[in-house]
Amino acid sequence: MSTAHTPDRPEDGRDDDPQDRAPEHGHAPGHDQDDRAGYKTDADAGSVDERDEADAPAVDPAAENAEGGEPAARVELPEEQQGEQEIPTFDLTLQIRRYNPEVSDEVHWDEFKLTMYGTDRVLDALHKVKWEIDGSLSFRRSCAHGVCGSDAMRINGQNRLACKVLLKDLDLSKPVTVEPIKGLPCEKDLIVDMEPFFQSYREIMPFLVAGGNEPTMERYQSQEDRARFDDTTKCILCAACTSSCPVFWTDGQYFGPAAIVNAHRFIFDSRDDAGDLRLEILNDKEGVWRCRTTFNCTEACPRGIQVTKAIAEVKNAILSRSM
Amino acid sequence: MQVHKYDVVIIGAGGAGMRAAIEAGQRSRTAVLTKLYPTRSHTGAAQGGMCAALANVEEDNWEWHTFDTIKGGDYLVDQDAAEVMAKEAIDAVLDLEKMGLPFNRTPEGKIDQRRFGGHTRDHGKAPVRRACYAADRTGHMILQTLYQNCIKHNVEFFNEYYVLDLIMTEVDGQRRVAGVVSYDLASGELHVFQAKSVVFASGGAGKVFKTTSNAHTLTGDGMAIAFRNGLPLEDMEFIQFHPTGLAGLGILVSEAARGEGGILRNADGERFMERYAPTIKDLAPRDIVARSMANEVREGRGAGPNKDYVLLDLTHLEPAHIDAKLPDITEFARTYLGVEPYTEPVPVFPTCHYAMGGIPTNIKAEVLQDNETVVPGLYAAGEVACVSVHGSNRLGTNSLLDINVFGKRAGIYAAEYAQQAEFVPVPDTALDSTVALLDNARNGTGTEKVAAIRKDLQDTMDLNVQVFRTEETLQAALDDIAALEARYANISIQDKGKRFNLDLLEAVELGFLLQLAKVMTVAALHREESRGGHFREDFPERDDANFMKHSMVYLDPSSPTAGIRQETKPVIFTRYEPMERKY
Repeated sequence: MSTAHTPDRPEDGRDDDPQDRAPEHGHAPGHDQDDRAGYKTDADAGSVDERDEADAPAVDPAAENAEGGEPAARVELPEEQQGEQEIPTFDLTLQIRRYNPEVSDEVHWDEFKLTMYGTDRVLDALHKVKWEIDGSLSFRRSCAHGVCGSDAMRINGQNRLACKVLLKDLDLSKPVTVEPIKGLPCEKDLIVDMEPFFQSYREIMPFLVAGGNEPTMERYQSQEDRARFDDTTKCILCAACTSSCPVFWTDGQYFGPAAIVNAHRFIFDSRDDAGDLRLEILNDKEGVWRCRTTFNCTEACPRGIQVTKAIAEVKNAILSRSM
Repeated sequence: MQVHKYDVVIIGAGGAGMRAAIEAGQRSRTAVLTKLYPTRSHTGAAQGGMCAALANVEEDNWEWHTFDTIKGGDYLVDQDAAEVMAKEAIDAVLDLEKMGLPFNRTPEGKIDQRRFGGHTRDHGKAPVRRACYAADRTGHMILQTLYQNCIKHNVEFFNEYYVLDLIMTEVDGQRRVAGVVSYDLASGELHVFQAKSVVFASGGAGKVFKTTSNAHTLTGDGMAIAFRNGLPLEDMEFIQFHPTGLAGLGILVSEAARGEGGILRNADGERFMERYAPTIKDLAPRDIVARSMANEVREGRGAGPNKDYVLLDLTHLEPAHIDAKLPDITEFARTYLGVEPYTEPVPVFPTCHYAMGGIPTNIKAEVLQDNETVVPGLYAAGEVACVSVHGSNRLGTNSLLDINVFGKRAGIYAAEYAQQAEFVPVPDTALDSTVALLDNARNGTGTEKVAAIRKDLQDTMDLNVQVFRTEETLQAALDDIAALEARYANISIQDKGKRFNLDLLEAVELGFLLQLAKVMTVAALHREESRGGHFREDFPERDDANFMKHSMVYLDPSSPTAGIRQETKPVIFTRYEPMERKY
């Protein structure tokens, strides 16, 4: 391949410093690399990463895969694996809690009869109402696949993201009820004031505080240390956990599960130096000790975070440090 | 109406906006206006990784990354910008790590790296491990980390403030920016933000299409506002269709699935990418893979009851490996399609993913009002901008890189400009067009519904302006859009209130979508060649003699092509000569 660029190397000095890089599993990326320079085999191009992962210590998948070699160029596909054979439709009744202080201080429920399709979610049903029946219905949503955290609401009495609940998974013989999450002031229909929630989040110092001299390159962190707080990095701040907590419903001053989860994310990050400060904040009377271990938060989390466990770990950390 | 005064106003709180805010906020009085809450931004949906030639796991250098970016963009990349991005990528990753981003690690504790489409060692010889990542939620981690650091630096956010207009005025014969007009969703009140510098960081416009990985809120607001204010848009015909959207839904399944060893099969079980890109196969750049998939379906080898998708096969991978590296996307397949990726192939089809084009800027993120002249005080970064590092096809991971590198630059340069500039007086007429825009939508008494028009727009764009285009299909789209604009003039909305009037918001957003759909289609019509993400069946070859140049489109009612005037801008070359793009 000929190019017009000059052959000069960039001057970042990384390329000719192989002793920096320890060999990994007999697959050294330094000097040995040149032997592999022309590695054009498809097995390599398509194969998986050849190093252990902190979060998957049980198997070395690469070894497994290497034995299996390149995936087959052609396989026989069973018919049922070629996808859904038909798209079912179904009818449902949707009951939505309505509130608009511009019109009335009274809350009321509206009922809608809808025909929906196979993979439709509660969010699709809400959109159908808004787009085809009642444009004044108000709710937040953005990504529509469970990563932005906009559309936490109470669906059949449980905190869920509307974009992650498939209608076909609900009991449609009864009306499906949708109402705003509890414990935060309702602004209009399914929209609540999120400010108290984010206020608690901000108070636990949700950012890395690292002392000492800043390294030139990245801080090192072992795979085990990285795995220690992996679960709580998944939080999308949707407030499903906090607004499912009975303590939070009765005491809005309580930090709530989400703030504690985000404190956990830093307290157990080996790179962080402000763990004691955060533990002190959460040792407050409105802190972790208000948790009554009802597990509502864990049950509500759309990201599958073990929220109650994280809170318990923070409690233990406070106890062990104060002793 | 309330008036606020800030040195720097940033529109949008995704990756680019918050990266800019961290820099600007430490240098000057800065406000960030977002129509969402910051953590709802679509940066959080990015999955696979962010490339930088750290060489942590194998030999690599930023010059190879520059080359891959330029070749991946089919040579329509401004090479000075690509060099800046690839070179500053390394610091961009290190910055994030120092801010606390929890990257996956190598056994010795360094940031781990993996393969991604189009990223190669030594100018195309083989795939290289360049993508730094955090499982398959790298974008989520970037968004959270940047938000965390905005809190650390006390950045002022105005959440759910929807910017509807840019205030531009003439000072001594020069067009200057004076601020922005914003609509507070909670109260329905208009707020004017007077500012010395304004940074557009408002993201893309994927909702022009029906099948898209983009959020409902990605309606191209920033691009449309700039365009309405007489600024050009660059390379708008280049839309990236990501190969692996969940079939029928468009939800993104990261390229990391193929980086980690997943492959594509047609209904015959054949690994068809062997035919289209013999060397790197399933890890060819996205435009090539997307077209190959669409071609399989078109030639009758699609899977499923309607033979309208292909299959992403992960079944030869170890479940533990899938769980470790691709947890979120396999959950998407289970949740939304009821497919178990351990044992079943996942139905996928190309989904509108990314706008390579946008508001033209130079490498200082300054907005251009023509081919050379900057608008003093106006900046843009991220998907809303076209700098242009992606050319006609963006490589995977380079968008997360773009927002960090050029977001940072925009923040620094906007603050530096504000430090030496005076406020430009806000003209009395600043609110006029916004008031008219809202009144038209709110007081319309017609019979047309916003959602119906939007659906028809998305249908025609999916049908006529997707991965295969011809003069005929593009003309059909333009005719449809003209008819939809006529219907849009005859809408009414049901919510007449001020409080959280999202009915009104959607009506305004539809106006932006219609405008941008027209811009994309006109630009696609003018480009009578095939390059990167733009494939004309009636002009299937790349034509460097006539089209090795950027498209620049301007609003111009006197133009015969749908009121849009088409001009061009030279591509900036530094050291790479165009070659045939083979993988």
